[in-house]
Amino acid sequence: MTQHTSPPSPQRQMTGAEIFVRSLIEEKVDIVFGYPGGAVIGIYDALHDISDIKHILTRHEQGAVHAAEGYAKASGKPGVALVTSGPGATNTVTGIADAYMDSVPIVVFTGQVALKLIGNDAFQEADIVGITRPITKHNYLVRDVNELAATVKEAFYVATTGRPGPVLVDLPKDVMAMKTMFSYPKSVKMRSYVPHVEGHQKQLDKAIALIAKAKRPILYVGGGTILSNAAEELTKFAHKTKIPVTTTLHGLGAFPETDELSLGMLGMHGTWYSNTAVNYSDLLIAVGARFDDRVTGKTDAFAPEAKKIHIDVDPSNISKNVKVDVPIVGDVKKVLQQLMPSVTALDTKDWIQTIKTWKEEHPLRYRNGKYIRMQHVIQKISEITKGKAVIVSDVGQHQMWTAQFYKYVYPRTHLTSGGLGTMGFSLPASMGAAFARKDFPVISISGDGGFQMNIQELATIREHSVPIKIIILNNGYLGMVRQWQELFWRKRYSHVEMFGPDYVKLAEAYGIPGFRATQTDEVEDVIKKMFAIDGPVLAEFKVVKEDNVYPMIPAGQTYHEIIDMPEEKTASTDGEKESDIEMVTITKG
Amino acid sequence: MSNSTEIPADETTHKHTISVLLENKFGALNRVAGMFSAKGYNLESITVGPTEDISISRMTIVTRGDDAIIEQIIKQLNKLIDTLKVVDLTYDSFMERELALIKIGTTPDNRSEIMQIVEIFHAKIIDISHKTVTVESTGSGQKVDAIIKMLKPFHIKEIARTGRVALKREFVGEV
Ligand SMILES: Cc1ncc(C[n+]2csc(CCOP(=O)(O)OP(=O)(O)O)c2C)c(N)n1
Ligand SMILES: [Mg+2]
Repeated sequence: MTQHTSPPSPQRQMTGAEIFVRSLIEEKVDIVFGYPGGAVIGIYDALHDISDIKHILTRHEQGAVHAAEGYAKASGKPGVALVTSGPGATNTVTGIADAYMDSVPIVVFTGQVALKLIGNDAFQEADIVGITRPITKHNYLVRDVNELAATVKEAFYVATTGRPGPVLVDLPKDVMAMKTMFSYPKSVKMRSYVPHVEGHQKQLDKAIALIAKAKRPILYVGGGTILSNAAEELTKFAHKTKIPVTTTLHGLGAFPETDELSLGMLGMHGTWYSNTAVNYSDLLIAVGARFDDRVTGKTDAFAPEAKKIHIDVDPSNISKNVKVDVPIVGDVKKVLQQLMPSVTALDTKDWIQTIKTWKEEHPLRYRNGKYIRMQHVIQKISEITKGKAVIVSDVGQHQMWTAQFYKYVYPRTHLTSGGLGTMGFSLPASMGAAFARKDFPVISISGDGGFQMNIQELATIREHSVPIKIIILNNGYLGMVRQWQELFWRKRYSHVEMFGPDYVKLAEAYGIPGFRATQTDEVEDVIKKMFAIDGPVLAEFKVVKEDNVYPMIPAGQTYHEIIDMPEEKTASTDGEKESDIEMVTITKG
Repeated sequence: MSNSTEIPADETTHKHTISVLLENKFGALNRVAGMFSAKGYNLESITVGPTEDISISRMTIVTRGDDAIIEQIIKQLNKLIDTLKVVDLTYDSFMERELALIKIGTTPDNRSEIMQIVEIFHAKIIDISHKTVTVESTGSGQKVDAIIKMLKPFHIKEIARTGRVALKREFVGEV
């Protein structure tokens, strides 16, 4: 057949499927993560000979959506997933909800039964537009092939502008077979959707006045800063004003944690000194952050002495959880650029000195010993990569330690599922990230629980030799739940201990080299071996079973209830001697 | 002030009438209603219909909440991609109307009494049978509430209410 190899002439009528594929090319989509089926078989036929778009066949539709997310988070470009109707579509739901909570720009295309069958409980029919309405930024059902190209254009526009988010487009099978002329719109104009970009001058002036007066200011930086590609502006702003910076889980990488102004992460498992500094601050500047409950704890006791400035592109985030003094609705990058000329260096020497003392008194700590602590593995990865890696964590204790013990230097180098907290995120997301980024190695870090939730993607990774370092931190427990049961449920460990496979053999079964470390003195060696391998490689670190993430502000409580790590040199239950335990400390900034 | 001053449920929560202009697209009502249930907002009534421009629908929402909740409701309505304009009419002078159909079981003795009430309220009888009359009443939500209250002692068989529609008044003051 020659019709696919030469570009179709614009005069020719095309099927919906062809128009769909041409539209993706127009959007400069270079990779699609997907899974075929009856309702999209026509689209897959149209994709067959297209060389501009790489299609990655994942092993589960959830994997496809997380991969699209990983691609988007690592690159800033929209991620794309394509699945069939019914079960294919419903399998994307968790990934879509994840992208919604974390404002990830992805476009998910789902097949649908033919228009005339919709509503008939037809084979593989699911009302995916209805199902995903509350978890998408917007969604569409394409009812007319003449609207297809414009809908695709609009979907990408909505996903990537304003506060980004997932958009779903449902494609009925018959619409994909109908024919029309293809013409792709050059631009989008939607009278009902006009995101704010610039901050309002009156608000900017108020903010500038507050900043000029501040004695103990803190920049509280969230994922919006990274989404807006504003890490550079933020860093300049902090340096010019001499305001210390704490970031949320999603803000990690927006400001170098090697900088003396850095306080690391704040919130439930944030550093002692960042939470302390926020508590005593007199001005809190929230930059692309949304006062999430994992950050604030009890809201009325959060930064009680501080005036609050809130920069956010989404007006509905403002005064949602915490009342602020000066809201500025606008794109973080633009607003920082607007503020920059009018701010000057503040006299924060004493404040920075106070914070320095707090850092010395309450650094991040862990007990090191013969048996491996997750913190140690993360610390070693940090020392070896020096911030030049894309770290993709899963959900649980290892996620918090990955946030705490790695020093992030660059934006888009820390990817995690923060809002939804989706176990099973890391492996497929790291795959998506690795397709997007060739500059830095991609490291997937999972717990034994979460790893088993999307373990099937090992096949996809092997098939495409995706160069990911896959790390499993195996404590044999759903560790984070176990920690809560230990601390708040009288140590009644209900269904948290779990069996796992032999991960090294498993890797080998997939044709992936595998390593294992069981003692602390093997850790560095195994990491180095992983870095010596170009393609995918997996390592299991068998770590002590029971260890807790500190500091911790229990859910819904205040800074004053912060629990720092107990002083005792408790040995692990795996048979260490107390005398062998060494306290390791780490400070951000 | 509005002509629908009703007693709030408590000091802090108030009834609000919100008018929303939306792109007249498939599923628009679902998006709004779904947002209210997802966020747990109160929804007293919601009506939707076309406007002078067929590509735009007007939705009238009656809800209740404290100032912070109403602020969020308005922001969340604005956040919906198909929303063109959101106006909280509560603090403006506005006109509102609701229509109710009330079917009442009658006996030969009470019919005239019912007719009297209908007359007082400027309502209409639009259907009559040996055993029933059906009354149509139009007016503010309050007025519709009042006629229903007056008809309660009779045997009300069925009620259908439209929910409210509202528009901002141009002429400020009572007409
Ligand atoms: C899909 C999903 N199910 C359940 C949870 C609840 N949950 C949060 S952390 C956690 C334990 C994770 O265990 P593991 O992956 O082994 O990581 P660890 O905490 O041991 O480091 C669980 C079950 C979740 N976040 N996501
Ligand atoms: Mg575990």
